[in-house]
Amino acid sequence: MGGFAEYELVDGDDGGNVLVLSGPYLVSTIGAVERDLRALDGEIRKVDLSGVSEIDTVGAWVACSISSDFGAEIVGANERAERLIGALKGMSSEEEISAPRLPMLERVPDAIGQKVYNARSGAYGVVGFLGALLLSVGSLIRHPQRFRWLALVRQLELVGVSALPIIGLMSFLIGVVIAQQGAVQLAQFGAETLTVNLVGRLTLRELGVLMTAIMVAGRSGSAFAAQIGTMRLTEEVDAMQTIGISPMEALVVPRIMAAILMMPLLGFYSAAVAIIGGAVVGQFMLDIPFWTFLMRIQDVVPIHDLWVGLLKAPVFGLIVALAGCYHGMQVKGNSEDVGLRTTMAVVTGIFAVIVIDAFFAVFFTEVGWG
Amino acid sequence: MAQDETGRNLERHERFRGEYPIVVEGLTNRFGDQVVHEDLDLKVRRGEILGVVGGSGTGKSVLMRSIIGLQVPAEGDIHVFGRSVLDTDPEEDDGIRNRWGVLFQGGALFSTLTVGENVEVPLKQFYPNIDPRLRHEIARYKTILSGLPEEAVSKYPSELSGGMKKRAGLARALALDPELLFLDEPTAGLDPIGAAAFDNLTRELKETLGLTVFLITHDLDTLHEICDRVAVLADRKVIAVDTVPNLMELDHPWIQEYFNGPRGRAALTAQALDELRRHMDKPPAANVVKALDKANSKKDKA
Repeated sequence: MGGFAEYELVDGDDGGNVLVLSGPYLVSTIGAVERDLRALDGEIRKVDLSGVSEIDTVGAWVACSISSDFGAEIVGANERAERLIGALKGMSSEEEISAPRLPMLERVPDAIGQKVYNARSGAYGVVGFLGALLLSVGSLIRHPQRFRWLALVRQLELVGVSALPIIGLMSFLIGVVIAQQGAVQLAQFGAETLTVNLVGRLTLRELGVLMTAIMVAGRSGSAFAAQIGTMRLTEEVDAMQTIGISPMEALVVPRIMAAILMMPLLGFYSAAVAIIGGAVVGQFMLDIPFWTFLMRIQDVVPIHDLWVGLLKAPVFGLIVALAGCYHGMQVKGNSEDVGLRTTMAVVTGIFAVIVIDAFFAVFFTEVGWG
Repeated sequence: MAQDETGRNLERHERFRGEYPIVVEGLTNRFGDQVVHEDLDLKVRRGEILGVVGGSGTGKSVLMRSIIGLQVPAEGDIHVFGRSVLDTDPEEDDGIRNRWGVLFQGGALFSTLTVGENVEVPLKQFYPNIDPRLRHEIARYKTILSGLPEEAVSKYPSELSGGMKKRAGLARALALDPELLFLDEPTAGLDPIGAAAFDNLTRELKETLGLTVFLITHDLDTLHEICDRVAVLADRKVIAVDTVPNLMELDHPWIQEYFNGPRGRAALTAQALDELRRHMDKPPAANVVKALDKANSKKDKA
């Protein structure tokens, strides 16, 4: 018994050709002969399966389709082949395997149109979500006993406390980089001592809060979207509603509150650690003693820089958490959507933070806190 | 005109001719302190539908996962088609994996692929030299063979109902014409009509394709209708493997509760019980089989 599917065309006694198949006709062996079998031409009267040692549905399928292509009769099939061929009768179909796709020329405008349309409904959705959030905050103020303190504390821990190590490390390194790079540039004017101003003002006013917002978007905004999205998929959110718990109050408000409360603290912490990083560079590279660097900060950084940072922080927290919760609540369909929405939560969160930061920069300069 | 010039296709397999395609010996599975299986033995006969039953948490799915190599057991030996699943090196054990098909509980379809593309995945993986045209044809007829309408081929899993997902999962499990089929609760979550249709489909496929079926189920109707033998998991072991009527004779509390509880009794029709009463002089087990057969044939006619 050979290990290959083989075939042979012989002249039949009644004039027509007989296609004699032999060897195993299985899914594992069919690949080698199928193309050649289909390419056969001429007239075939019979397909002889008596030499076939093994057959499965794929072999039977090929035999069937050849016999119907040539109008040939199948002979010599053993019991098993007979049964398989019988089972496969009438199963041919022309249905496309892949889902229908538009041609390229239509697909691109279609995708752009969808995007534009969705952007409009997206903006509408965010505003609606913000409104719903304010409503539930309002009703929580009227019924404070419904407020979920435990959930809030848990979220404060997740958003704030557990972010301390990574934000600390990041801020320290940012402080080091600003001080070191700033000193190299300022040295050209002989003004290395201004490095203190650079590090202090930049981190307190801008970078501390901005980098923290980005980190919180990556850590917590994505987590909000993924958690709430998964809860939507598993119908937990629906279950809450039927029990009479508002998902807005139970899931969204504690997360957004946690982000709003934690962002100023994290932003200030980040700025402080960055200044320490700058002071370390001062100590080792610029001959400014560590404590002197810190003292100078008090003199050169106006207090309104701190206020600028602290005022921006809760707004950034709101934006990041809102993006996370909004996208989480929008999840529907399948697990792929959770991933998609999580990505969108992070991207829109960071983008919106940077846009708002630009507005803040102009605003605070205009009001004289330059 | 011998076809030997290609040499592409050296893999050949013959159908398993031994008596037991699955042999599990001394299997022990532990999760931390929790012992799921202890010294469990099970043999599955070629060409049978073996039902596996057991209460929740008795490790039915863990047993299946051990056999198909997804769960490495703490101790024991598992042979599939006479080869050990545990010692085979993952690169080499294709000789086993392309001979079984698995239907997971939720269907486990790849959600980014259409049903047809799902069926094509194992074909592409194991037999890349199959012509795309034939591969599409195979995907189509396997889908229809599993009882789906032909339009389902181009649908995504998210567009299918629960029952259709199971059928699509079955189509994928059948893609390579396996000799061994693992079904994890195939009728769970289906309506009674859909479940009965799935049972019939399983039996038909077993008969036409000569499959051996390892079937985890809670469905008493499935057990009565299509299982040749039933393995009962309890107390971390397979406590009995036998036909349903013989199992009902056994004096184990769980088995009694299971088969002779209200639902178990309901699965036996009233007619079957009448028949049983009339023939009490003959050995009871044979009577049950006969009575059931009669009841079924009457049901079919009606």
